[in-house]
Amino acid sequence: MLSREFLKKLYSTMVRIRICEESFIEPILSGEIRCPVHLYSGEEAIATGVCLALSVKDYVFGTHRSHGHYLAKGGDMQGLIAEIYGKETGCSRGRGGSMHLISPEMGMVGSAPIVAGTISLALGAALASSIRREKRVTVSFFGDGATGEGVLYESLNFAALKRLPIIFVCENNFYATHMPIRECRPQNNIFKIGKPFGIQSHRVDGNDVLKVYEVSKNAVGLCRKGRGPVFIEFMTYRLRGHVGPDDNIQGTHTDIRSKEELEKWRKKDPVKKFEKFLIKNRILGEEELRRIKWEAEEEVKEAHRYAKMSHYPKPEELVKNVFKEVDA
Amino acid sequence: MRQLTYSLAINEALHQMMDYDPSVFLIGQGVKSPWYVGNTAKGLLEKFGAERVIDTPVSENAITGTAVGAAIVGMRPVVVHPRIDFMMYAMDPVINEAANWHYMFGGRASVPVVIWGIINRGGEQAAQHSQSLHALFAHVPGLKVVMPSTAYDAKGLMIAAIKDNNPVVYLDDRWLYNLEGEVSKKIYSVQIGKGIIRKEGKDVTLVATSYMVVESIKASEELEREGVNVEVIDLRSVKPLDENLLFASIKKTGKLIIADGGWKTCGVAAEIASLVAENAFEFLKAPIKRITLPDVPTPASRALEDFYYPKAREIILSVKELLGGNYL
Repeated sequence: MLSREFLKKLYSTMVRIRICEESFIEPILSGEIRCPVHLYSGEEAIATGVCLALSVKDYVFGTHRSHGHYLAKGGDMQGLIAEIYGKETGCSRGRGGSMHLISPEMGMVGSAPIVAGTISLALGAALASSIRREKRVTVSFFGDGATGEGVLYESLNFAALKRLPIIFVCENNFYATHMPIRECRPQNNIFKIGKPFGIQSHRVDGNDVLKVYEVSKNAVGLCRKGRGPVFIEFMTYRLRGHVGPDDNIQGTHTDIRSKEELEKWRKKDPVKKFEKFLIKNRILGEEELRRIKWEAEEEVKEAHRYAKMSHYPKPEELVKNVFKEVDA
Repeated sequence: MRQLTYSLAINEALHQMMDYDPSVFLIGQGVKSPWYVGNTAKGLLEKFGAERVIDTPVSENAITGTAVGAAIVGMRPVVVHPRIDFMMYAMDPVINEAANWHYMFGGRASVPVVIWGIINRGGEQAAQHSQSLHALFAHVPGLKVVMPSTAYDAKGLMIAAIKDNNPVVYLDDRWLYNLEGEVSKKIYSVQIGKGIIRKEGKDVTLVATSYMVVESIKASEELEREGVNVEVIDLRSVKPLDENLLFASIKKTGKLIIADGGWKTCGVAAEIASLVAENAFEFLKAPIKRITLPDVPTPASRALEDFYYPKAREIILSVKELLGGNYL
């Protein structure tokens, strides 16, 4: 039985992500934000349910669409927003932009946009934990598009062979950029790809934060006991384009998805779905929900203000940090 | 000092560093085979166990990524590719991830990994078992590239590479494996980025990399008997490159020949030539000469192979051509 406090935390985490994501649309359209931004709106339940099943020490590796992973894992919102504005105060000091988010102290090890590129890195983090005999778990987030990359299968094999404490989390939003999944895979059965390697595999509604949390918590427990890896496919949908608010930064409707399909998924909005659950079960009232939203809005506003006021990196520091200078 | 072969010098570096630092581990294909990686991995499995001497399935991409990921979370892995050709599968973790990681996260993370690729030239092995691809890696910001040519440097550069906080591509040529030399029993580093004068001379500067140093010394000894005084520089590190050593020598001799085991176009020899043209043009008394592989894939047949790989005789001819040219 989950405590009221914990349920509130699940909700506020999702709301923070949603409000943060939607806050980028205006500055993207006005040209104030120029770096490619892949919004996580609609997929919040996954980052939230997975990351809240982890401890601070556990490792997370992300993708091009990782604002949600970063925030849910405890990354600082000001650092995120400043990074997207390209400022020195950003979490990657303006060198990474939206696709390169990091919060080492919170276990957000890094995100990168090469499709499937961070899967093997996560595997390495899990191997490191295993060599060091830590009870740490690593989560590798990737999208359905990554299932087309060979390195995923190499990684599944090696993880299973060495029984590594890693959870492979596939966020299946049915589109690899513009390509519908039916044109990428002969069958819609991603969760089965772990099975030939003897990896326990699950397919779960990724828009239901409680289900996400439950399956993740079990997976984390198994990994901690040395009974990993685990593969989880979460079914979800992005409510925004592949990149930017629509499909492209231009702002016109270039989304190749039908309005009917979008409408269908709006009805399954994970934030609204959880809201209904909380009200119906009298866990949180309308007033409390409003307060949580208001707090998130204030935090986001403040973070934008902070980001805009922050300085850009200095041109004379362009060549700094190509190499780390001090050796072991 | 004690004599040791080149391959056993690498082996000793690994033994000592694994002993010295528990975060060092060796991963890659064939590390428990008696012949796959020469005798460089001799005795490691027995001493350090399968947890830190990890033989792997044929999955270069995932395994290299694993090493990179483990490095990101604080280990100091050495990932070995018994044939550098197969390492081409691992370009994503090397070039996209490891090389960029430190910079793209604003210096907040680092990747102390050694990416070790063995060059296997000759032996009628044809185009996919014999390539020297150092120039490819030297091109990428964020990677260091070392190519030891003596047993002493093989050990010292391996230790330096392991201790370095950045990804270091360590490339050794199998033709050097049986070469004996003086090797200290201590743990010592050869500084990355520092070349060395192997033979002092005043008539012409001969800069060589890796195995071409051996051929260059042979050539210089023969030329010495004919009264020609060649200065042989062993580059040792392709990146960073010891420009000052180079320029000082050019100042003295006014003539430059570069002997590199890679291809000509956009190769290391081309880089050295342009560095000298840019920075030491006023000291040049003759055109720069490059001795490299022709821009041709490696043939199998010995009849062609003999012409393919430049040796001391080509170097001697080049030196004579240059000196006979009546340049000022």
